[in-house]
Amino acid sequence: MLPELGHFALILALLLAGLQAFFGIAGPAFARERWTSAVTPAVAGQAVMVATAVVCLVTSFVGNDFSVLYVAENSNSALPLFYRVAALWGAHEGSLLLWILLLAAWTVAVALGSGRLPPRFAGRVLGVLGVVSFGFLLFTLATSNPFLRLDPPAPDGRDLNPILQDPGLAVHPPILYTGYVGFSVAFAFACAAMLEGRLDQNWARWTRPWTTSAWAFLTCGIALGSFWAYYELGWGGFWFWDPVENASFMPWLAGTALVHSLAVTDKRGLFKSWTLLLAILAFSLSLLGTFLVRSGVLVSVHSFAADPTRGIFILAFLIIMIGGALALYAWRAPLLRSTAGFELGSRESFLLFNNVLLVTALGTVFAGTLAPLISDALKLGTLSVGPPYFNPTFMISMLPLLALLSVGIHANWKRGRLKDSQRTLLLTFVAAAVLGCGYVFGLYSHAHLLSAVGATLAVWIVLSSLVDPIDRWRRGLTLPRAVLGMTVAHIGLAIAAFALTAVQSFTIERDVALAPGQTAKVGDYEIRFEGVRPVEGPNYDAVGGTLVVTRHGAPVAVMAPQKRRYWVQHTVKSETAIRWHRGNNVLLALGEDLGSGRWSIRVQIRPLVSLVWIAAFIMALGGALAASDRRYRTARALAPAPEAVAGAQTG
Amino acid sequence: MNRFLLPLGLFVLLAVVLAIGIRHSPEKSIIASPLIGKPAPAFALPSLADPAHEVRSADLKGHWYLFNVWGTWCGECRAEHEMLLQVHQAGVVPIIGLDWKDDDTQAVAWLTQLGNPYQSVATDHSGRMAIDWGVYGAPETFLVSPEGVVVYKHVGALTPDTWTREILPRVSGLPAGKS
Amino acid sequence: MKRLGARTLLLSAWLSLAATYTAWAVDPTELPDPKLQARYVALTHELRCMQCQNEALADSPVDLAADLRREVRDQLLAGKSDDDIRAWMSARYGDFILFRPRYSLRNAWLWGAPAILLLIGALVCWRVVRTRMTLLPADHEPLEEDGQS
Repeated sequence: MLPELGHFALILALLLAGLQAFFGIAGPAFARERWTSAVTPAVAGQAVMVATAVVCLVTSFVGNDFSVLYVAENSNSALPLFYRVAALWGAHEGSLLLWILLLAAWTVAVALGSGRLPPRFAGRVLGVLGVVSFGFLLFTLATSNPFLRLDPPAPDGRDLNPILQDPGLAVHPPILYTGYVGFSVAFAFACAAMLEGRLDQNWARWTRPWTTSAWAFLTCGIALGSFWAYYELGWGGFWFWDPVENASFMPWLAGTALVHSLAVTDKRGLFKSWTLLLAILAFSLSLLGTFLVRSGVLVSVHSFAADPTRGIFILAFLIIMIGGALALYAWRAPLLRSTAGFELGSRESFLLFNNVLLVTALGTVFAGTLAPLISDALKLGTLSVGPPYFNPTFMISMLPLLALLSVGIHANWKRGRLKDSQRTLLLTFVAAAVLGCGYVFGLYSHAHLLSAVGATLAVWIVLSSLVDPIDRWRRGLTLPRAVLGMTVAHIGLAIAAFALTAVQSFTIERDVALAPGQTAKVGDYEIRFEGVRPVEGPNYDAVGGTLVVTRHGAPVAVMAPQKRRYWVQHTVKSETAIRWHRGNNVLLALGEDLGSGRWSIRVQIRPLVSLVWIAAFIMALGGALAASDRRYRTARALAPAPEAVAGAQTG
Repeated sequence: MNRFLLPLGLFVLLAVVLAIGIRHSPEKSIIASPLIGKPAPAFALPSLADPAHEVRSADLKGHWYLFNVWGTWCGECRAEHEMLLQVHQAGVVPIIGLDWKDDDTQAVAWLTQLGNPYQSVATDHSGRMAIDWGVYGAPETFLVSPEGVVVYKHVGALTPDTWTREILPRVSGLPAGKS
Repeated sequence: MKRLGARTLLLSAWLSLAATYTAWAVDPTELPDPKLQARYVALTHELRCMQCQNEALADSPVDLAADLRREVRDQLLAGKSDDDIRAWMSARYGDFILFRPRYSLRNAWLWGAPAILLLIGALVCWRVVRTRMTLLPADHEPLEEDGQS
């Protein structure tokens, strides 16, 4: 009964989304007040229906209803309750439902927060969101229905993939998707502005908090995914430039550029068409990411069941949404000119450089990710692209960006007046060089020049970012939340850069073969193997190793990595043991039984790696702080702008 | 031309690439073999039937043969076995087997039990020969010309479709259709 | 030293015969020369496992990966260069086995992408900044007194 109810709820949601889209776009277009005011009830209705469907599916999971195919494929009666709920987004159909749920949530949030927006504009925004919802609901119902039945019902389920049986699973997809989906709001704002034919500084002001919050969520989501991969997959890597990782990183890069471009549009009414384009780009990349993961066109660790039919559907959806938005752009953007000016050394300039570098980084990641596809389509043979391509090319764009950040942060709007900051720049740079090189050459015997550069640039950013806030504090001025948020976010970036430099330069990895009683020396640490013993878990059997870790003889920890075999799927999974010690991460994992008690063991010493994720969360915190600044909710009093476009006053 | 049309233009190009990608995606997991058109790797390996004797590629020059990589541990090879027996019965092209990283006793028992479609079976215990042929997952079947050139490779269980469309025409000197 | 119980032995055996492996390989190969060892580690991370196509040779637990790692080790000990080994691998498995795309004319667009994009970016910056600098003298609109955000 419940699955049918859920299915029916989805169909109703589809209809309501369609109405939402229709009223939202046609209402303002034809100046029908009644239609425009019908949008909000449609939004509410759609949200309720989607929530109903989700509740039905969750209940089926919790109640072990194996007559539902999706539940039978992804759950099991021995699966702990926590994972039975999280299994909802464990595979393709359910994760789509999650997408739809989060889209509905964002739409409701926008509807609630649109009190201060002109009604026609708000209607358009919600209408565009309705189009997106409609597309996803149609896709789900047509190709990926989670409520399909199994007749006769399975006696028990196939169990959730053991890799996903981890607390990280419960958190990573929802937060990641919240970010991904959140860019649809910026997209909707952009489309609404294009439909309206007008884009002013108020528009930027309204769009900023939505974009920054989505960006913050995406930052957290990516960080969680990376962290999860690190301790769950256990090969000690936390970023492999896998197509699916790139699929979430590309919208992030575009989103970062968008956040900065919006600042310029808000402040000076400049870069309007760039901002529009970036808003379209960020969401397009989210959609493209969805496509890449589910269509089977790329080989990846994460791939959901690859299915070309689904691929075709999503591609059609992509063409309509993105093609439509870009066509709108080609039509409206030429009219958005501004006569404002700025100096070479101004804040606007530096933000321009920043965005160009971000887009360049985005372009190289894009090229590398799609290279196999492009090469195949152009008959250039099979191509394969991995970290040896991405790492160096990404750095080429990022290092200049880090350097320019420290300089640009002192630049004023319009007239940079960098000359006033010359002394500050010099002092901060010297201090950074001392600290950075001190760390690199002082703590490590084998340092590379690049490590020193990375560390110096990172410290420089921290010092530069603190100059203005400290100055304000000393002069007794208030620090607006937006400035505080910006400072925090930039410092987060700096910490991430510093940590990444340390990890890339000074990680020690060794695989050793040890018999019980033997010790291996890795870096400054000694690892003594004490043997293995059997361990029993709730839905698995395991072999647990005992390893005593000391540093220069002094005890550090006793660590117990495991190799588990899950009963239902017969998969073997390694549980790594990780300890944080004096800024280093010590990672141990069991390899193979080599016979007569000997085992191969992976040892990794990674300095400062945990800082990478902490830094990401600090960045997200900065974003959240900035987004909550109340300034964004007050419209500015503007003189009627000369570029309020002639002839574009329709609707 | 309006420079604001550029993003749309680029997107159209991307859409075309993606569409082609979808069309090719069923073959995505099958990597094109770099051996096609090149001389088949030479081999001289112990025969399964009699390890004192060797199965040699030199002896096979002058006529077509199929080179089939298999193992008793491989489930899909079991599924393919029926088809191989039919090919053997047809008598058009002999099949030379490569027993990949397998146990000789088990292999002999398997062939005795299920029937032997092979003219001869070479054993590859180290896996070196399979690597030389670019094998990455059993079963794989290669078609080698009388001059000793690899003309076709099939990954996965051999299907009647592949036999009629790809192998038979080539052996008979006719143009082969794309499946 | 405790003797391994029968249960542990059985479990270890069971684990090694597992049908699906979502773990990775630990490769305790240690070449006598540290320079060779470094090259070995680098190469096995740069080559793709053709069976578990998302993993590097260094990480993949399947037999084929172990065979290919042994191949890399043997060739390094025989004095072959990194390029020789890569060429040997692609001759058998195609360029798909390389995680680092080859430096060839065919791949020029890929390796050249960063440079091309930076160039385009620089041109865009130059044009925009120039335009805005010329508009500056005529721009008398007052700035909101927010200073820096």
